[in-house]
Amino acid sequence: MEIITSMLAGILFATGIYNLLQKQMLRIIIGTALLSHGAHLFILTMGKLKRGKPPILVEGVEKYVDPLPQALILTSIVISFGVTSFLLVLAYRASLLNETDNMEELRGSDYE
Amino acid sequence: MSNLAVLPILIPLLAGIFAAFIHNKTKMVRIFSIIVSISNLVVVSYIGYLVFQNGSIILETGGWKAPYGIVLVADMLSILLVITTNIIAVACVFFARKSLSQQQENFYFYTFFFLLITGVSGAFLTGDLFNLFVFFEVLLMASYALIVLGGGKIQLRESIKYVLINLFSSILFVTVVSFLYSVVGTVNMAQIAERVQEVEQRGILTTIAILLFFVFATKAAVFPLYYWLPKSYVVPNPVVSALFGALLTKVGIYSILRVFTTIFVYEIDITHQFFLWLAALTMISGVIGALSTNNIKLIISYNIIPAVGFMLMGIGLYTEASISGSIYYLLHDMIVKGTLFLIVGAIVAITGTSDLRKMGGLIHHYPVIGWLFFVASLTLAGIPPFSGFIGKLLLLQEGLAQDQIAIVIIGLITSLLILFSMIRIFIQAFWGEKDDTITPNRIKSRAYAWPIAFLVAFSVFLGVGAEYVYPMVEDISTYLLDPSQYIDSVLKE
Repeated sequence: MEIITSMLAGILFATGIYNLLQKQMLRIIIGTALLSHGAHLFILTMGKLKRGKPPILVEGVEKYVDPLPQALILTSIVISFGVTSFLLVLAYRASLLNETDNMEELRGSDYE
Repeated sequence: MSNLAVLPILIPLLAGIFAAFIHNKTKMVRIFSIIVSISNLVVVSYIGYLVFQNGSIILETGGWKAPYGIVLVADMLSILLVITTNIIAVACVFFARKSLSQQQENFYFYTFFFLLITGVSGAFLTGDLFNLFVFFEVLLMASYALIVLGGGKIQLRESIKYVLINLFSSILFVTVVSFLYSVVGTVNMAQIAERVQEVEQRGILTTIAILLFFVFATKAAVFPLYYWLPKSYVVPNPVVSALFGALLTKVGIYSILRVFTTIFVYEIDITHQFFLWLAALTMISGVIGALSTNNIKLIISYNIIPAVGFMLMGIGLYTEASISGSIYYLLHDMIVKGTLFLIVGAIVAITGTSDLRKMGGLIHHYPVIGWLFFVASLTLAGIPPFSGFIGKLLLLQEGLAQDQIAIVIIGLITSLLILFSMIRIFIQAFWGEKDDTITPNRIKSRAYAWPIAFLVAFSVFLGVGAEYVYPMVEDISTYLLDPSQYIDSVLKE
């Protein structure tokens, strides 16, 4: 099971980076979203997937899944959700004002 | 008693939330922010006094014991940096009311300002690696909002790049933390340090260390990962640039300092030697950038980068004197970068341009700002008796003692070129013929000069009063070089 999820995380990373290297702004944002999904899946894999009962305190349960990675993912998902929505708004405004969504044209060497 | 450790995070957080409610009552929110930031400075200084008297304050949040719960560690290093952060915050909050337009001020500037302080203080105080990520995110979110404040065309263009690069490095940070978790089974820095010590940092841990360094180096703008910094620090309002230049890269340097003196210290030949090379390249490339342009804002932005190189050099040498040099330089650089960005902001506001070739003779009309700039640039270049000198002296002396001649020479040349780039601004903008067509706005320039003078006073104190500050810094570096003290105080063994 860990093998499959780590491969999946790898695929997400690869597609994320491919999208990150594109010129169109929206694709780049999708790339960052995919990257963060890959990272979250990776945290889950690193904490070992299925090796016992759910981490709820009940009498008699000795082996339970490590709850820490899940807590970390929850925090990280919230953060990446916030950043992605901010980035979408930012990209929308920037493309309106600069009249392009192509990163090549957004290079700019003037500072004022 | 231990609850005090949360105050530097809690006060600005609550203040930021409250400022959001009164955001369109300009006068009220100004007075509120000034009162809160001064009282926060007082509170933080009191905590600092307690830490230096009685040792580290450690708060186990929610009563969960150290390796399991979240810990906040206010030790000497972190509290000293939090105090410096708040000094800069006070200066910036006074400067903001002059430099921002009323619309920008009303558009939640103070909220994001306080959230930025929350994030920075939190990153300094936190005791586990995942919370370091969370506080990084808090301060980055505030900085994303501040960098687009005003919403100009260029601001939007540059902020997209800034956001994307920081987002990428944050994702990498999470990935590296999960790598580390799978190897050592914890995210608490003290416990990681303990476990790394037990296995004596095997190959995989060194790999993780380098990856972690890559993340922090992106935030701290180390060569070759500094390319995003200069332009994105030029576009926002000067007071925002001052906050960024003074605080954001320094959080990255602090993280490197913390992680590579507490956790990964067993393969010095690989990691710390590598830092020395990067430090040399960072210094050279930063100062070349500073000389390449006529835009005064850009010159100051580029000058952040060689300073990062100096601090990294101290970590790379990894001896007691060099670490104290790095810490001294860190304190000095936070204050002097804040000062310089504020002065440059004032110059741009007075002349209406940031092009060096279109200025001249400002010192006849604005002598106070001119001399403040002169003192600040001597401080930055490290002319004795100002504060930059002491940090540099420690670093270069230790470099000679360790037979790292190459980096010492590069450091000296860099200092000279930094001085050159600063004096160039002084000569072209302040000297020259008196232009009688300008009627100076004395009241406005005085309002600009006060916060700057406040910061310059601190940076002069750091230099002239070194005999008061240096023993503290020396204590900190002995403390840092013995990780067992940190581990014992957090895990209470």
